[in-house]
Amino acid sequence: MAGKSKPRLAVWKFASCDGCQLSLLDCEDELLAVAGAVEIANFPEASRKIEKGPYDISLVEGSITTPHDAERIHKIRRISQVLVTIGACATAGGIQALRNFKDVKDFISIVYANPSYIETLNKSTAIRDHVFVDYELRGCPINKAQLIELLSAFLNGRKPNIPNYSVCVECKLRGNTCGLVTFGPTCLGPVTQAGCNALCPTFHRGCFGCYGPKESANTSSLAETWRAQWVTSEQLVRTFRGFNAYAESFRKESEANEK
Amino acid sequence: MRSKTIKVDMLARVEGEGGLTVKVKDDRVTDVKFTVFEPPRFFEAFLRGRSYDEVVDIVARICGICPVAYQMSAAHAIEMAFGVHISEEVRLLRRLLYCGEWIESHALHVFFLHAPDFLGYQDAIAMAKDHAPVVQKALQLKKVGNDLMIVIGGREIHPISVRVGGFYKMPTKAELAPIAERLKWARDAALEAVTFAAGLPFPDFERDYEYVSLRHETDYPMNEGRLVSNTGLDIAVREYDQHFEEQHVAHSNALHSVHTGKGSYLVGPLARYNLNFDRLSPVAQQAARAAGLGTAVHNPFKSIIVRAVETVYACDEALRIIDQYEQPASALAEFRPTPGVGYACTEAPRGILFHRYRINPRGLVLDAKIVPPTSQNLKMMEADLREYVTPRINTPVDKLTWQCEQVIRNFDPCISCATHFLKLTIERT
Repeated sequence: MAGKSKPRLAVWKFASCDGCQLSLLDCEDELLAVAGAVEIANFPEASRKIEKGPYDISLVEGSITTPHDAERIHKIRRISQVLVTIGACATAGGIQALRNFKDVKDFISIVYANPSYIETLNKSTAIRDHVFVDYELRGCPINKAQLIELLSAFLNGRKPNIPNYSVCVECKLRGNTCGLVTFGPTCLGPVTQAGCNALCPTFHRGCFGCYGPKESANTSSLAETWRAQWVTSEQLVRTFRGFNAYAESFRKESEANEK
Repeated sequence: MRSKTIKVDMLARVEGEGGLTVKVKDDRVTDVKFTVFEPPRFFEAFLRGRSYDEVVDIVARICGICPVAYQMSAAHAIEMAFGVHISEEVRLLRRLLYCGEWIESHALHVFFLHAPDFLGYQDAIAMAKDHAPVVQKALQLKKVGNDLMIVIGGREIHPISVRVGGFYKMPTKAELAPIAERLKWARDAALEAVTFAAGLPFPDFERDYEYVSLRHETDYPMNEGRLVSNTGLDIAVREYDQHFEEQHVAHSNALHSVHTGKGSYLVGPLARYNLNFDRLSPVAQQAARAAGLGTAVHNPFKSIIVRAVETVYACDEALRIIDQYEQPASALAEFRPTPGVGYACTEAPRGILFHRYRINPRGLVLDAKIVPPTSQNLKMMEADLREYVTPRINTPVDKLTWQCEQVIRNFDPCISCATHFLKLTIERT
């Protein structure tokens, strides 16, 4: 790419914990190489140098929860050649999407002394619900190796190599004993997309779905299996209502089990 | 009449999204605002009705930079509600996990968020062009902290091994051995960081803060201790609500924590250091003295040196723990969920993080209260801006703007943490 300027990268934050964009700074071995390969044009957490768009690639963290942010994401889309969402908040609405199942007014009055000051939307929604998204990187938080793979694929004009099979496959590859059998039934591994390398089962606990539903997840079959092991409806609803509660198949399963 | 406004719409190199405004008229500071437009996320609301064993993982998501702090405060508060006594091994391993977070978070702040200010760079990547070895070493130091968290917690952001009563799985002694070797390197790197930080140029600016931190019988505070201050506070954590309150302040859109009857107070590295210098390890004390620090530091800009000293301590303490650690037969204390209220305060890298939970007989959360360190420091951030700008009012605006940003970065604010109780404002331009 001699003579050509470097691709320009922007990082944006909506409602989130910051963990996914921190993943980029957590790439200790690769960070300076990334900074050499792209121009970091807008990344407020890392730099006070903010350069105007357009940008070649935008990484978007967080969910849409305010009227202002619902407009802001359109502006970002307009100045981004490629827009990639990173993490459960951006791809599914995040843990704050638990409000979507309740009346948000009740939530506001619990947390804030003066509810009339709060401007917020009834629902916390994924970026995809507002603008076209070129690629979604799942996880709560994302896997930083997948982030590097994604950036590398973008720089080389190829598709990122990111598996969409279930956590169960990773468990088998690691040689773990099945968690559904050994440490209690509520493991979301069979319906959750891989990416963590079966972290929780390796630490002797059930998967709680950080990477969201895998493609064509059979959640009702899994729920049936749990019920046969005396898992209550209440527990079942809570298990599907985690960091990816508003991802479609998890949402439908939790609603189907709600009274 | 001369007036000017110092305005930063988007404060860079802090965690989360906020801005600041300082208004000056006739050589007088008329208004100071540290604005937060990070959207609210309602954690305390949706924790209601969740099971006690889900809380540790849910609250971690308040902050990607200090998830361990949230996990620690939550686990200890719920254990108090249930009357659970964790084993000594669990206690030590939690402290070790916290050391990892301190190393990671402090290294990030010292070198990537704070140091560029002192050296006149927009960011650490630009700084790396002139100071490559410093930045490369800083990255590796941060990595040791992250890797320590990975060994114990599976991953560095939102680790998954902590649970009420202990851990899901505890490492073997052999699993900790490789990281011990790297921690020895990290301790040396942190000692160099102290020297580096001490060599930065500091403005002449001292403040008369009320410092609030935990204080433990023997250890530099992390997970346990009483809440103390330099003006005579000495209470059990369960008494927090009787001594601290959140207030509406007319000039600000944010709720601010205040020490009831006293006003603003400071939490974080300076508070911990000033109230607990005698609890630092000899290596850390020696490093502080060599850097020219006394047993108390009152210049908030010098918090960068104190963070480096605490990083030395965290490496040293991690080595001490690994040396005496033995994997216990059980990673979990025996208990049954019982109805009750539990309180805990732990020392997040940015200062005390208070949690309170009321749990019903079925182990479900009835209500939760979370007071992060950044919200406790908000009032002081504005006070510092006012104090700093007043005698420097004739400094050119762009230079003063940069310095004002630096005044805020001294606190290492974590805005995502603060927003589950901050009022939302939309002043973004």
